Amino acid sequence: NITDSDPDGRLTVTDKDVKLQEIALAKNEGKELTKEEKQRLRKEKKQHKKNKKDDKGPPEKEKEKEKASVPAPSKPATQSPAHKAAPAPVHASESAAAAEKPAKSKAELRAERRARQDSERTSKQGKKEGGQQSASSKPKATPNELQPVVKRLPEHVQVDDPAALKKLAKKLERQQVPLRSDYGYKVSLFSHLHQYSRKSPPTLQISIPATVIHPSIVRLGLQYSQGIIAGSNARSVALLHTFKQVIQDYSTPPNEELSRDLVNKLSPYISFLSQCRPLSASMGNAIKYIKKEISNIPSQCKEEEAKGKLQACIDSYINEKIILASEAISKYAIEKISDGDVILVYGCSSLVNHILCKAFEKQRKFRVIVVDSRPRLEGREALRRLVKKGIRCTYVLISALSYILPEVSKVFLGAHALLANGYVMSRVGTSQIALVAKAYNVPVLVCCETYKFCERVQTDSFVSNELDDPDDLIVTRNGKSHLENWQTVKSLGLLNLVYDVTPPDFVDLVITDLGMIPCTSVPVVLRVKNVDQ
Amino acid sequence: MPGADKETDLSERIESFLSELKRCGSGAGSLRGSAETARETTALLRRITAQARWGNAGELMEIIRKEGRRMTAAQPSETTVGNMIRRVLKIIREEYARSRGSSEETDQQESLHKLLTSGGSSEDNFRQHFTHLKANVIEAINELLTELEGTTDNISMQALEHIHSNEVIMTIGRSRTVEAFLKDAARKRKFHVIVAECAPFCQGHEMATSLCKEDIETTVIPDAAIFAVMSRVNKVIIGTQTVLANGGLRAVNGTHTLALAAKHHSTPLIVCAPMFKLSPQVPDTPYNHTKLKSVDTILYIHILSKVNAHCPVFDYVPPELITLFISNIGGNAPSYIYRLMSELYHPEDHEL
Repeated sequence: NITDSDPDGRLTVTDKDVKLQEIALAKNEGKELTKEEKQRLRKEKKQHKKNKKDDKGPPEKEKEKEKASVPAPSKPATQSPAHKAAPAPVHASESAAAAEKPAKSKAELRAERRARQDSERTSKQGKKEGGQQSASSKPKATPNELQPVVKRLPEHVQVDDPAALKKLAKKLERQQVPLRSDYGYKVSLFSHLHQYSRKSPPTLQISIPATVIHPSIVRLGLQYSQGIIAGSNARSVALLHTFKQVIQDYSTPPNEELSRDLVNKLSPYISFLSQCRPLSASMGNAIKYIKKEISNIPSQCKEEEAKGKLQACIDSYINEKIILASEAISKYAIEKISDGDVILVYGCSSLVNHILCKAFEKQRKFRVIVVDSRPRLEGREALRRLVKKGIRCTYVLISALSYILPEVSKVFLGAHALLANGYVMSRVGTSQIALVAKAYNVPVLVCCETYKFCERVQTDSFVSNELDDPDDLIVTRNGKSHLENWQTVKSLGLLNLVYDVTPPDFVDLVITDLGMIPCTSVPVVLRVKNVDQ
Repeated sequence: MPGADKETDLSERIESFLSELKRCGSGAGSLRGSAETARETTALLRRITAQARWGNAGELMEIIRKEGRRMTAAQPSETTVGNMIRRVLKIIREEYARSRGSSEETDQQESLHKLLTSGGSSEDNFRQHFTHLKANVIEAINELLTELEGTTDNISMQALEHIHSNEVIMTIGRSRTVEAFLKDAARKRKFHVIVAECAPFCQGHEMATSLCKEDIETTVIPDAAIFAVMSRVNKVIIGTQTVLANGGLRAVNGTHTLALAAKHHSTPLIVCAPMFKLSPQVPDTPYNHTKLKSVDTILYIHILSKVNAHCPVFDYVPPELITLFISNIGGNAPSYIYRLMSELYHPEDHEL
């Protein structure tokens, strides 16, 4: 274990290459790195760190920490990733001067935390807590304190940061999850987001049979990336069912506790799914709930019992938060629908369709106008469902909105998430509909279950969004498709946004399972929910 | 007889022009720009003036009005035809007045006093015969034709006054005027253009590829993303099919949404429209200003029979949402349009 160090501070580690070879070997053979191998790798890395610390004095330690802290100054990074990132050549020493002061205080915190962890580690044998890193975890805010929440910036909005990309690549390599590469020219305003092509699914690089990732997760990921399962509720429900399957097939390895090991097992799955398609807010909340439930399993619980408990938890979550919530929302919403109404809906929201079907069953007389937009054309699915029920429908594209809006008496919109500052995040085009409805003085009602409320805040549709496959915009009209070779044209970019945010002044009412609230009451609901949990 | 030949030739031409118009409307023929239509209409009117049999200005005006009514009936949405006819009628009136030597007819609505004292129309005055009237009218129509040919250039010459470097400009659909405008500015300045594709016909795609040929950074967005990206846009520049008498627009569908989004973000909305698009129509109800294209372009599924589908072609944009009109005679506010109209058309010709 010889560590060389170049004069300019870079480390070249010879057995780091060995480690990489081993990982590559394991991947090629298609088997999971055994627990012992992983442990050994981690121990070796920690050994490097210790040797380095002994060789160099405190200044070197600080420089390291600065290098590690510069790529993500707002991250309360867990310990082992920080350790692992340090040996990698990080040429951040130029910015060291600027990052000196905050790095120093972070260095102190880190030293404390490391000391605490070392002591914990020596007390427990063979157990590693360092690997526990969840893709979407935030520090739990106790409801009685107003904590300064240092949130970690999610990876999927840091695509323009090469250090963050590197970090992600390392993490995925460690978890043996394939990294998906971006496709096509990205519009400069959105260079911080991923843009994937549907034609290159992430499963191309997985060996068959996949032993690292559960096959039903692979299937789910493919369904997400190809758009077969779309829509906030559908994705969450599919995710939860797949997790039930995973839990069913899970067996605790010896010397491990189910509550810790299962969470570790879920992490690579979640990374894989977010490579297939970025996680939605509802999925994030569901995953948080599951992880909490798993870690609350008492250690003396037998495996079968624990599994049964978890599956029952998942079932009750789906039942309460999705199915019963939609019943409650329908009840409130039907009060708002009167006879003779002309209701406008946009795209395909499972909740809004449910409401309309229920209202129709209750013998309300109304007709529906379905607004649709390219390139997804989800309105056709909504149209199909409503017509099957027997509801009278009209179909227009979103550019005909000004033409059709004078006839409309109410607008019902679904939501993907409700943000803490009252903005509604929903399918792109929703804000447009709300804008024009406001101009014509038509009331806009948003229907959203409470499990979609999230603590993020956002004011425009740029900072955090999803870019869909740009090839979807290509279309053939009159036998000609002008954008067919858009890649070859130098200055042409195609932008296929998935979400946009609607300001709260366009929305008149939000109907949730807790009642009918104005848009600005979302943080109140979040606070109440946190107290409950 | 040479006279009869000329007449049959003339009526043939008129018939073929009418059928062209009808075909363009149904989308079967090639899509023509308004400028071409205006030029062809004016050329046809010049031919009518030259070849038809008329004795005095009144008869000529009757002939032109009759043919004009047929032309506008063939394609009601193509308003440039009607506009050119009204321009020619105004030319005839002016030439007649000049031949008579009186100059007071030029400004009919100068003052309230004149309005009250001018009394009835002066139609019966057009019975006088002047030998040089034909030549004068044809010369004036030639001037009109030259003006028409130069409109796009005149508009694009003003491009550098309105576009600065590193701007983000948004447009919708395809407008030849806006295309020329942006290309002219791109020769000297670097800026970014976002084109909304304008479903279902997606003319925006053609516009984007055409702009890229001049190395303009272009991005194509679907219509649904108009409001989402509007916060980063500095200016909205659009073309239009017709400019209405109150300063409003009849433009391609989706323009009203674009205008509302621009108003919400306080982004200036600039309309590039040559003067021949100015029409004396007023918007009475929005429904009169749309034309429903066949709906199978938007819906291909079997439940078409159980569903109403709408596919309007045009939108009405009220004048409050428009910041500036750029035309071949310069820039104007929407509140000034009524005045420009009184210079181009005679009030009695508003109804053909």
